[in-house]
Amino acid sequence: MPETITLTLQVNGARRTVDTHPMARLLDVLRDGLRLTGTKEGCGEGECGACSVLLNGRVVNSCLVPALQAQDGVVVTVEGLAEGEALSPIQDAFLVHNAAQCGFCTPGMLIAADDLLRRCPNPDKEQVQAGLAGNLCRCTGYSKIVDAVRSVARQGEVR
Amino acid sequence: MEVHVIGASTIRKEGRGKVMGSAAYADDVDLPGCLLGMTVRSRCARGVLKGITFLEGVPWDEITVVTAADIPGKNFVAGHVDDQPFLVPVGGAIAHAEQPVLLLAHADRAVAEKARRLVRLDVEELPPLLDIEEALACVRVIHGERNVLKEIRIAKGDPEPVFAAAAHVVEGVYRTGAQEQLYLEPNVMIGTVEHGPAGLEVTVSGSLQCPYYVHDAMKQLFGIPGERVRVVALEMGGAFGGKEDYPSVIAGHAALLALKSGRPVKIAYDREEDMAATTKRHPSRTRIRSAFDAQGRLLALDIDFALDGGAFTTLSPVVLSRGALHAAGVYRCPDVRILARAVATNTPPCGAFRGFGAPQSLFAIERHMDVCARRMGMDPVELRRLNVLRQGDTMATGQVMREDPGLEGLMDRAMAAIDYRALQKAYAVRNAWDDPVKRGVGLSVFMHGCGFTGSGEATMASVAGVEGRPDGTVAVLAASTEMGQGKNTVFCQIVAETLGLPVDMVDMAEVDTKYVPNSGPTVASRSTMVVGRILEDAARGLRLALVQGGFLAEPYDPEAFREAMRAAHLKLGSLKTYGQYRANPGFAWDDKTYRGDAYPNFSWACYAAAVAVDLVTFEVKVEDFATVQEVGRVVNPTLAAGQIQGGVAQGIGWGLWEEVTFREGRMANNQLTNYIIPTAADLPHIRVEFLEGGSPFGPGGAKGIGELPMDGPAPALLNALRDALGDLRLDEVPMTPERILNRLEEARHA
Ligand code: FES
Ligand code: FES
Repeated sequence: MPETITLTLQVNGARRTVDTHPMARLLDVLRDGLRLTGTKEGCGEGECGACSVLLNGRVVNSCLVPALQAQDGVVVTVEGLAEGEALSPIQDAFLVHNAAQCGFCTPGMLIAADDLLRRCPNPDKEQVQAGLAGNLCRCTGYSKIVDAVRSVARQGEVR
Repeated sequence: MEVHVIGASTIRKEGRGKVMGSAAYADDVDLPGCLLGMTVRSRCARGVLKGITFLEGVPWDEITVVTAADIPGKNFVAGHVDDQPFLVPVGGAIAHAEQPVLLLAHADRAVAEKARRLVRLDVEELPPLLDIEEALACVRVIHGERNVLKEIRIAKGDPEPVFAAAAHVVEGVYRTGAQEQLYLEPNVMIGTVEHGPAGLEVTVSGSLQCPYYVHDAMKQLFGIPGERVRVVALEMGGAFGGKEDYPSVIAGHAALLALKSGRPVKIAYDREEDMAATTKRHPSRTRIRSAFDAQGRLLALDIDFALDGGAFTTLSPVVLSRGALHAAGVYRCPDVRILARAVATNTPPCGAFRGFGAPQSLFAIERHMDVCARRMGMDPVELRRLNVLRQGDTMATGQVMREDPGLEGLMDRAMAAIDYRALQKAYAVRNAWDDPVKRGVGLSVFMHGCGFTGSGEATMASVAGVEGRPDGTVAVLAASTEMGQGKNTVFCQIVAETLGLPVDMVDMAEVDTKYVPNSGPTVASRSTMVVGRILEDAARGLRLALVQGGFLAEPYDPEAFREAMRAAHLKLGSLKTYGQYRANPGFAWDDKTYRGDAYPNFSWACYAAAVAVDLVTFEVKVEDFATVQEVGRVVNPTLAAGQIQGGVAQGIGWGLWEEVTFREGRMANNQLTNYIIPTAADLPHIRVEFLEGGSPFGPGGAKGIGELPMDGPAPALLNALRDALGDLRLDEVPMTPERILNRLEEARHA
C-alpha cells in the first residue's frame, strides 16, 4: 500500500487537494487534512451523526466514508453554511432558539436539518423528528431543535 | 436608564461560534509536534500486578512509555480520600478492570495503538466483588472492615414504635442501574511540561468541568506549588457531571507523558474507551418501610439507601450525602430514620452525574408513594396532597420550611398541563378494549437542594470577580465552566443587570487558573445561585470603586460607564474587584449529626407523564411530558427551558432505555450501537412551565435548575406504567421492554 494518496475534492465550494493516508476516513481528511474542525467525531461508528456532512448532495456519516470514496466528490460541511459572516436561516434559528447547548452535535445536526428542509420545505413535527433521528443530542432533549427547524419552515411559508 | 437583563432570553454568548463550526473544542486545537497518548488498562477486576512485558512489533525506542515509577510526586488522584492511583505500580493491587497501568505516546496514532496491544500484563488474579448485595453481605472484603466507603445516618424522632401501632405499614425495595453521562464530546486532555527557573511547570487544557480540581491533582502528582500549575478549560461538548473528577486522571496522564517525552501530549479517548473507563451514575438499592394512619397520613419512614461506589472513594461520600438528604422526598413525616451507605466493589468508580444521588433516592420514594396509595386504596395524587411539606414543617434533618414550597399548586399546574384527570378517564375506558396498546398517566413531586450540601459552600469560600477593561467592556472572572448549560450568558446577564449595562458590554474571561479565581467547581446546581450572587457583589464593588474614585457619577449611561473604565485604567493600571461567598444568615448545619439546614434552598417541581405500552413489543412510547417547577427567579427563560428539556430527556432515558451491562466488572455495551439514548424520534415535545417564587439567597432571587429535571422523570414514567398495566412489580429502572415482559409473566404466574 502506498504511504499516502492524493485526493482532489470540492469542499464548501472550493477545489481542494490533500495528501492523506490510504485508509483515512473522510472525517480525517476534513479535520486533519483540511483543518475543517467544525465536523465532530462523537463515536466513530456511524451512530451519533456528529460527523454528518453532505457528500454529492447526500447526508453521510463522514466517519464511515473511506476518503477514497470522496475522490472528485462535492462536500459541504458546517463551515459552508454561512455566507461569510451572515448566518444561514437554519444557523440563525438554532442560535435564537437555543438549539445548540454544548454545541457538539450542532454541526452535524445543522447539516441534517438543512438537508431535511431542502427535501421537505414544510415538515411537521413528526417529519422533523424522523429526519433528525440519526443525529444524537444529549443536551437539548431535541425540543428546541425541533422548534428551530420548524421556525425556518414557517418562514419559508410566509415568504 | 432602566435596563432589565435578568429575565430576558439573551442569546447564548458563545452560540455564534457553535453554529458556525468555529468553536474550538479540545480536539480541534492545532498542536504541531504533539504526541498522542494511549492508556494500557488492567483488564482484570481484582488482582496483583506482577510485571509488564513489551512484545516485539513496534519501534519501542520511538515510543514514550510511562509507568508508576515515573511519577515525581504522589501517585494518588487528589480527592476526598487519597486511594485512587494514577497508575498501578508493579507489585500493586488492581481494584477494577479499567485501571490505568501504563501510558504510551507516539506521533502516529496507528503506531501508538499497535504498541498498546503489544503490552502484556502479568497479573495474579483474585476473585472480585461485583455488586451492592455481595458487598453488604461481605462475601469478600476489599475495603476497610466491611466494604463501606461512607456511611451516613439521619434520625428524626423514633420510627420503631410507630410501626407497631400504625394502621398501614408498606414496604418496598427499589433499584436503579448505572447510567452513562454520554456527553457527545469524549474526553480530551492536552498536557505540556516545561522546566522553568523554579522547577517543573505543568499546563493542562481540555474538556473539564472543574479547573481547580485538576489544579489540585497536578500539584499533588508533580509535588509542585500551585503557581507552577496552569489549567485551562476549553469549549466543552457536554459533561453532566461526567467531567467533574475523571479529567484529573487524564490530565495527570497527559502531563506525565509530556514530562517524559518533552513534547506536548494529547490524550483523546474514543467513545468505547470513554464509556468503559470513566465514571457513571451510581447503581442503587433502596429499602423503604413506611407507616400511615387510617386516613393515609404518613407517620414514619425507615429508609435503607445503598449505592455502589465502585473501586475507589472518589465522589461517593458526597453523592451518598445528597441521596440521603433527598430520600424522604417532599413529605412531612414526624419520625424518620435513614441509613445510607456507599459500598466498594471491583467495578470502575462511579462519580458525578446530574442529580448526584438524588435521582436514585427520589425514584424510590416517589415510586413507593404510588405503591402505598394503591395498597391503601387511595388515589396517588390525593395521598401526596395529604402529605406534602408545607410552611413550618420540618424535613428529616430538622430543616424548617421557612416559606411554603407551594407543592399543591405545582401539582395542580402539572396536572392541568397534561390534562391528567381527562387522560386517566379516557385511558380507563380504552385500556379495557381489546387493543394491544395500553396507556397510562402518572406524576412525581420532588425537590432538589441547590448548591453544596451543608457546610460545603462555607468551607470552600468561593471567590469570583469582574474586571473593567481598557476597551470599555467588563470581563467576568470565574473558574466556572460552560458545558452547554448557559453559564457564560447567565453570568454576563447578572453582571450587566447589577451594573445597569447592556449585556453585550459584558464578556466571560477565558477560564484559565492563571487569571481567574477559584469560584468552585461547576457542579451541584450552584453556579447561578452561589457564584451568581458573588458576581453581583463583585459588580457592585466595581461600580462603587468607579464612583468613589471620582471616575463615575450616578446615574450614568453605558457610554459614561465605558468612559469611567477607560479613565480609571489610565490612572490605576488595572481595575478588578472581587466578591466572596457569604453564608445565609440564620442557617446552620452540623456535619457530625446531620442536623440542620442541609441546603440554603430547594427548587421544587411536579412532573407528569403520559405513556403508551405496546403489549406485543413491550415498547414504551412517552406520548406527553409536562414539567412545572419553582426555581426562583428565572434569569434566562430560553436557556432555562433548554436545561429542563435536556435533563428530562436524560431522565426518560434512565427510566426506560439506558442500561449499562457489566460483565466481570467491565461495561459490556460500551458502544452507541448497544447503549441506547433517546433520539429525536423517541421523545415528545417536553412542556416547561416555571412558577417564579422569590429566593432571598440567589442573585435577583434565582435558585438552581441544572439537576432538578433529572430527578422527576423516572418515577413519573413508572407511575404512569402502573396506571397503564395494573398491579406489576415496577420497582427498577431502566424499565426496559425485557423487564416489562418479565414482570408481566411474573404477575400472570402469581
Ligand atoms: S462520529 Fe460518525 S456517526 Fe458518530
Ligand atoms: S447541544 Fe450538546 S449534544 Fe446537542
